Amino acid sequence: MTELALSPDFAPGLLAESAAARVTLIAPVARFSLRCKPASRATLARVLDLPLPETIGHRAHARSREALRLGPDEWVLTALEGDAAGIAADCAAAYDAAPHSLVELSDREVTFAIDGPGACDLLSLSLPRDLDGIGVGQGRRTVFDGQGVVLWRDEAHSFRMDVWRSFAPHVASLLATGCRELALEM
Amino acid sequence: MLLIHCPYCDETLPELEFAYAGQAHVVRAADPSSQTDEEWRDFLFIRDNVKGVHAERWQHVHGCGRFFNALRHTVSDKFLTTYKAGEPRPVLDDTERSA
Repeated sequence: MTELALSPDFAPGLLAESAAARVTLIAPVARFSLRCKPASRATLARVLDLPLPETIGHRAHARSREALRLGPDEWVLTALEGDAAGIAADCAAAYDAAPHSLVELSDREVTFAIDGPGACDLLSLSLPRDLDGIGVGQGRRTVFDGQGVVLWRDEAHSFRMDVWRSFAPHVASLLATGCRELALEM
Repeated sequence: MLLIHCPYCDETLPELEFAYAGQAHVVRAADPSSQTDEEWRDFLFIRDNVKGVHAERWQHVHGCGRFFNALRHTVSDKFLTTYKAGEPRPVLDDTERSA
């Protein structure tokens, strides 16, 4: 059982590890909120070189860029940190042809990676939603112990969770406690 | 825990993802300055308080973020149906009405 405090500067690395699950703070990524009407979607997908999924909860992936549909007119985009300026410039150039709202959220959130045989049990400690409803390769915006989070399911027992930076210490300590408790039950 | 069907996400989800937002179908006057004090009072404060089927607004605040409407029975607390904002209030048959 390893348990480390979340460092004040949010240095990426291992936060908690037990026989049940492992919690890691991953390196920063570029993050955007994209909102547009259906008529603009095809143009923006071409500009971003990334399909924008049509179904809420579905994801698309192209090279290092990823898009997850959060709502009827809303997507969250992630990309490499150095890619942020390029995405903003490309979308701004297409604004007249495809009106939209693109807001950079890179610094608002940090991402925890949660994996291991007990990953689903660990998330269920504070997640009211049925995890079976989120297929592998999908994602959802949902709530974790009162905080709005974006949950990405990469594999059956491997998740990423985007948490607002100000709530991250609370969420990290909850996850670390859960790791320890679930290992005791195994 | 109530389970609520979001008409935008098309999923039935726990109530913790949702926020209640008052009575549905309360329409603001098209020309506000033409309203009398009594009409403003009714618009702002007077609500139905039915015993039976009630139309409510809800927001999927920890999800797609959309407002939608729900028909709910105020005695049993059951959600009878949910529908997208802007759609007319659905007509229920008698079996649903007595739920």
